[in-house]
Amino acid sequence: MTPPDDCLARNDWICGEYLTTRSHILTDATVQHLQLTFLAVLIALVVAVPLAVAARRWRWASGPVLAVTTVLYTIPSLAMFSLLLPAYGLSASLVVAGLVLYSLTLLVRNILVGLRGVPEETRQAARGLGYGPVRLLLTVELPLALPASMAGLRIATVSAVSLVTVGAIVGFGGLGNLIYAGMNTYFKAQVLTASVLCVVIAVAADLLLLGVQRLLTPWTRAARA
Amino acid sequence: MTTLTDAWQWLADPAHWSGDDGVWHRLLQHFLLTVVCLVISCLIALPVALVLGHLGKGGALAVNISNVGRAVPTFAVLVLLLLTPVGEYGEGPTVIALVLFAVPPLLTNAYVGMRGVDQDVVRAARGMGMTGRQVLLRVELPLASPMVLSGVRIAAVQLVATATIAALAGGGGLGRIITAGFNLASTPQVVAGAVLVAVFALLVEGVFEAVERLAPNRARAGRGG
Repeated sequence: MTPPDDCLARNDWICGEYLTTRSHILTDATVQHLQLTFLAVLIALVVAVPLAVAARRWRWASGPVLAVTTVLYTIPSLAMFSLLLPAYGLSASLVVAGLVLYSLTLLVRNILVGLRGVPEETRQAARGLGYGPVRLLLTVELPLALPASMAGLRIATVSAVSLVTVGAIVGFGGLGNLIYAGMNTYFKAQVLTASVLCVVIAVAADLLLLGVQRLLTPWTRAARA
Repeated sequence: MTTLTDAWQWLADPAHWSGDDGVWHRLLQHFLLTVVCLVISCLIALPVALVLGHLGKGGALAVNISNVGRAVPTFAVLVLLLLTPVGEYGEGPTVIALVLFAVPPLLTNAYVGMRGVDQDVVRAARGMGMTGRQVLLRVELPLASPMVLSGVRIAAVQLVATATIAALAGGGGLGRIITAGFNLASTPQVVAGAVLVAVFALLVEGVFEAVERLAPNRARAGRGG
């Protein structure tokens, strides 16, 4: 029997045959990629908001918070996953934990910039209306910090999407797994398809967050018009 | 904590420092790779950013390139290049992937720095009869130097960190200690490699910090913002 003469056999970069025959593998990898990214960014956000609020409220807290998050960002992704290895083993939590630590820096910095940008007069006006500290934070300060925070969230998300690929070293890299496997077998269509999907996910996530930002901050558009 | 003690014992063993797979050799590879990529990236990004900043054009371009750069996983670029004819040239794919990764921060920071120069100063320089070239080199560049330098610093630290990914695709550098550790299922070696890379990245950060402190006062004034 002669081997079939299709793009898979020729090992072409672009191959429709690959898409149809391996669609379930691609779907699984994409779903894993999305799950890892989403979980990591969500956890990072939950941790970053209190940290940024603390750093804004107490002057002494801002130094250590910023220093620690900056040092974390300096640690290479491959090294980060390796350093967390003893704690998490070869697991998806390892990749999520590493990504959380990366996203923290970007989120804390941006939320802090946003909180610091709230005008003092605005704060005083709210206090004058009888707002307590908690209500002031939740209904005035955090909403006004939204544009800067969302900018940080977008950068963190896009970076996380591309960093997930490195998780392939422990077998939980989403589309990175396909790139890693494709590299070892010289499977061009798989490497290109997975890489393109990574970029598509990153761009789509960025646009989605931009849309959310516009919905959440109608006043920024009104001011510009 | 036993993992850290084991990692320390791995590092303390002189046998792990000599030879082609030893720490010294990998450290030298890592250093050379980082320096070569940083120099090439600067030669590409800085002239473009300085001229565009001087002309006041291409701001959107600089920002967009920066965003796209973040969305494309370095690991994917590396593997894609590895499977093309470029892959036959030893470290070629690694160098190209890392340069593509380092150009965006350099470009954006240098452009923003040039645009941040007080336009009154530029007008004064023109009034004194300086040519465009003189304004660029003698007025704008010195005033923008803190931002330009901070871009170089970000690029350098990120390069040290990202150069580890080269090891995933069989390249040299400190990342090889980590990947070899994974293959041997030796957690102490993985952690030891990660510590080495992290310390190297922090050292580079420290060197730039020192350079910025030693720079003339004028160059530091701009950091207030």
